[in-house]
Amino acid sequence: MRPNDGAETAPDAPEREEEALRHVRRPLPHDSGVKHASGAATYVDDIRAPEGTLHLAVGGSPKARGRLLTLDLSAVRAHPGVVAVLTAADVPGKNDIAPALADDPLFAEGEVSFHGQVLFAVVAETREAARRAARLAKVEIEAERPSVTVEDALARGETVLPDYAFGRGDPDAALAAAPRRLEGTLRIGGQEHFYLEGQAALAVPGEDGDITVHSSTQHPTEVQHVVARVLGIPDAFVTCEVRRMGGGFGGKESQATQWAALAALAARVTGRPCKLRLDRDDDMAMTGKRHDFRVGWRVGFDDDGRIAGYDVMYDARCGYSADLSLGVVDRAMFHADNAYFLPAVRVASRRLKTNTVSNTAFRGFGGPQGMLAVERVMDAIAWATGRDPLDVRKANFYAPGRDRTPYGQEVEDADLLRDLVETLERDCDYRVRRGAIAAFNARSPILKKGLALTPVKFGISFTLTHLNQAGALVHVYTDGSIHLNHGGTEMGQGLFIKVAQVVAEEFGVALERVRITATTTAKVPNTAPTAASAGSDLNGMAARAAARTIRKRLAAFAAETWGVPEAEVAFRDDRVFIGNESLTFGELARKAHQARIQLSAAGFYRTPKIHWDRDKGEGRPFFYFAYGAACSEVTIDTLTGEMRVDRIDILHDVGRSLNPAIDIGQIEGGFVQGMGWLTTEELIFDEEGRLLTHAPSTYKIPVASDVPADFRVALYPSGNREETIYRSKAVGEPPLMLAICVFSAIADAVHSLAPGRPVPLDAPATPEAILKAVQMLGGSP
Amino acid sequence: MRRAIRFLRRGGIVEIDEAPPAVTLLDWLRLREGSCGTKEGCAEGDCGACTVVLRRLREGRLVAEPVNSCITLLGQIDGTELVTVEDLAEGAALHPVQAAMVALHGSQCGFCTPGIVMSLFALYQDAPRPLTRRAITDALAGNLCRCTGYRPIVDAAFAACAEPAADRFAAGREAVATRLAALADGQDLFVGTAERFFAAPASEEALAALCLDHPDATLVAGSTDVGLWVTKALTDLRKVIHLGRVAGLDRVVEEEGALTFGATVPLARALPHLAAVDPDLGELMRRFGSPQVRVTGTVGGNIANGSPIGDLAPAFIALGGTLALRRGGEARRLALEDFFLDYRKQDRQPGEYLRSVTIPTLAPGDVFRAFKVTKRFDEDISAVMGAFRFRLEAGRVASARLAYGGMAGIPKRALRAEAALAGVPLADETAWEPALAALEADFAPLSDHRASAGYRRTVARNLLRKALMEAAGRATRETRLVGHREMSDAAE
Repeated sequence: MRPNDGAETAPDAPEREEEALRHVRRPLPHDSGVKHASGAATYVDDIRAPEGTLHLAVGGSPKARGRLLTLDLSAVRAHPGVVAVLTAADVPGKNDIAPALADDPLFAEGEVSFHGQVLFAVVAETREAARRAARLAKVEIEAERPSVTVEDALARGETVLPDYAFGRGDPDAALAAAPRRLEGTLRIGGQEHFYLEGQAALAVPGEDGDITVHSSTQHPTEVQHVVARVLGIPDAFVTCEVRRMGGGFGGKESQATQWAALAALAARVTGRPCKLRLDRDDDMAMTGKRHDFRVGWRVGFDDDGRIAGYDVMYDARCGYSADLSLGVVDRAMFHADNAYFLPAVRVASRRLKTNTVSNTAFRGFGGPQGMLAVERVMDAIAWATGRDPLDVRKANFYAPGRDRTPYGQEVEDADLLRDLVETLERDCDYRVRRGAIAAFNARSPILKKGLALTPVKFGISFTLTHLNQAGALVHVYTDGSIHLNHGGTEMGQGLFIKVAQVVAEEFGVALERVRITATTTAKVPNTAPTAASAGSDLNGMAARAAARTIRKRLAAFAAETWGVPEAEVAFRDDRVFIGNESLTFGELARKAHQARIQLSAAGFYRTPKIHWDRDKGEGRPFFYFAYGAACSEVTIDTLTGEMRVDRIDILHDVGRSLNPAIDIGQIEGGFVQGMGWLTTEELIFDEEGRLLTHAPSTYKIPVASDVPADFRVALYPSGNREETIYRSKAVGEPPLMLAICVFSAIADAVHSLAPGRPVPLDAPATPEAILKAVQMLGGSP
Repeated sequence: MRRAIRFLRRGGIVEIDEAPPAVTLLDWLRLREGSCGTKEGCAEGDCGACTVVLRRLREGRLVAEPVNSCITLLGQIDGTELVTVEDLAEGAALHPVQAAMVALHGSQCGFCTPGIVMSLFALYQDAPRPLTRRAITDALAGNLCRCTGYRPIVDAAFAACAEPAADRFAAGREAVATRLAALADGQDLFVGTAERFFAAPASEEALAALCLDHPDATLVAGSTDVGLWVTKALTDLRKVIHLGRVAGLDRVVEEEGALTFGATVPLARALPHLAAVDPDLGELMRRFGSPQVRVTGTVGGNIANGSPIGDLAPAFIALGGTLALRRGGEARRLALEDFFLDYRKQDRQPGEYLRSVTIPTLAPGDVFRAFKVTKRFDEDISAVMGAFRFRLEAGRVASARLAYGGMAGIPKRALRAEAALAGVPLADETAWEPALAALEADFAPLSDHRASAGYRRTVARNLLRKALMEAAGRATRETRLVGHREMSDAAE
């Protein structure tokens, strides 16, 4: 169906023919599904801890900015059950847990930079004793007025990293010459990850200074490195192991390290196993979130709504330190175009420092904020020109000859998105419903409906090029069972089952032969975080490489032993066919072992083709793009601002799916998470820099009834034009941005009150935000 | 006097004669019993990851109720059967609810899954059939999932719960009912010492005496709020008096023109009675907390707790509700609105307890409306809650009682607006304006993390306007996104 269908051009001959595939493409359930449902899946806090395990609780700063004058911990130490109290003075190595710039201390010393910043940790016989003791500290701080908002940071001129911009042509001239111009400001709220399992780590000391850390982290290698750095020991002394997380979403990428390092430090100081599991309120106050942004934009366009020039400034509230803000804001900038060709463009950014917890990775990694701004611009142009917003979007799509992104990468498959969007437009009856909604609104004074169909183009690859590598380790045992290990972590996204499907496919064995094992830095070292949607792209390839190495050895051994050409050795149906003979996979493994054939191999993969010159603002940072589109219909109540989503239609491009059930789960889950970000999830800091919404009682993620019964999701039939694992595409992050259609539909509903006027709706579109926009358009009494 | 907590567990009886007064059921499961299938997600009863099921006798019938074990005190489960996620499968054979969750891809990270399985297990046992989507999303309102987007979970619920229960739990109902009946010994329960105890008296006499002896004790009914004092404020509750076993305190009495709820009537049990008074009260109760909160939380607790944003108080004030209190042998009665003195300050003396709440039902010509405005429809706390009772005569508002939550430090009537409404014709929208404007003078709301003062003011006015529009005859299909009355009105 698609011109870029992978099967036509695949040069990767050893890949099995589609019809011969036995494991990939199948909608298998999550490998831990039975364990999840029966309570048998083990998370860090469920590990049967060794006898004598101690428990940590942390004490946070009561002020957001100032000088730490006294930290009196005598009452903490005196509390029954307390074994040790740790501060910066107890750190044998470096008091630094930062992923990049040495600007995140394990314990604040001298200065405090945000409310809740860790000042000390208590180690006690029970978690309850540690928590009680932690509240007994006497802290004296010479407080300063904190920077909390974008405006505070701009007024003080404080940033965590230098400003950065890239672009093309002369946008000022293009704007000046354009027949029509608009400008605006959009505020975009942050988002709490709300992984159901909070941050947790268990550190078990070994001999000679060795330490094993069980951590709920997406980045075991970073936990290993930070623990070693804090303890002042070589990386090789530290092992980090992760069986699974109860959700990550980016929140356990750089920000799982502090809790692991604290547990490890406690284990080092006490010589006993130590566990730290944050209480939910502490987790929400002490760990970073999605960056909130203020986006200022100017656009010049013609009467058809086609953009001539675009100038955008992303002001990102990064919190007190850099953390991952370099990449997050860069990715926002990389998605300033979303699916649209911007002939003359300037994309600028400021990474603002505020006295709040350091914002971090969150599914989409800046992309959602980058994209939301240009989608608002599309709506604003539509409101100004009177054209349907979808027509304005289509007028600006990338197309042959209009196919360079603002950062110089060619969009090689622009027709794919156009076809995808037009397919969805047809399948969801967009035009018919547009008419029906106009009729509804005309006769409904209180309730108003809105409709929007928005596209997603999301770049796949870490923009920090060196992270685009992965390793795997595969062992075949002499009974034919297979041990699979790779550098990716399982946080619910189904990575482990997908990679196991790949390995079973490679060996032609039953999936049950492939034993999925916990991620550990001791088996596969120097890994990238499981992030950037790249888990199966990278680890699937690495695991296939390892399996293929062993398979080739087995094939060569079989060919030689049975005296047939290697081409006549086939691995399928849990057997090995050698000429006219066949035997079980286990029998061959045993024979190979007796012939001293190595049955273990490491695999490695690095993403080809990518390069990025940040200084020049040019290159190909992305191996490929993932595409999708979604349409939603909403109803708002103009008396209260309440909103319901009535229907959602999604068409999404996952290439040729490794596992359609897992992929659909990612699409639906990502969409609903994005919908929460743009509607009910509101982070509120007071002027003292305290987070007021630090628990699920006050921070509202979607519940079951928020998802409409009419929720239609389909996979777009295509293959990845690039040589990815079985021509699949990354799926973790892109669907989150499909939810932009909900925000846009809400704005559309408000717009019906005063056609032609801009809708001053910021994100999240809470009832209060919606009612404010309604009132500004004169729509509420 | 019994000195040990007793409950059924995995076919045996667990007896606990030594435990901290406020140890939570979740901590007991994970730290003492070593059952780690049940998870802690928030420790405040909002995420549902810790959901377990208690089977108990309610009015002689065995029911399966989901509860948040994180904020349930261990002693509260006295006399019930405790079922956790580890108990459902028989060997390798998954329970139908578990099997559907696996087959339909209902879990991703799996951390919320045990709680969701238990909520669906409760639904499986007692679902209203034919099963509707609404019944499923209501059953899941107290379970947060951050991964799936819920669609596969709802599908699993349909697949597993559509038919009447046919598992070994259903098969064993009679036996369990018999064993639970045998545990209901009618004795006062007292675990601990005079200085540090968990007590669950069995009679009002014993309760009154205990309250007099220990005016410093904490009274606990559902512990949906007190549980957070334990898990979040780390309050060391030394003396806990649990009201849940007091005979007669959980009675619902329907009389001509009035409805009386004993203080310990769970919100879930009040729901059908209130829905019969007015569909808006049913809708309010449907959106009250979550199933886990409604089966443990009580009518009396929601009122005695004195929260300015509790939803029952405004609704009951609008109806003209009254309270009955008792201290030792002294009983008294007062109007509900007079009970709330100031922010978190109620007219309750040390040693005094709330016995019951009485509400007048609606008279012919009465129109009642209640609206709850929140960021999220289900399982959220009101930014503004408005409850209105209009007494109509000949197309005019003869009198009105207007009560709001979230607009002041206490649930409060809008007296100026009430006065301004008297005599106003319903057909003339311009005639409503003085009353709408009077709300400005009735309230000076605060800005907080739920809403700004300005939003609260606007919404308070718009809710009254909406109620008047509906009273004047506008269909709720045209005025509301949820809680449409047409179906229930048609059924009347």
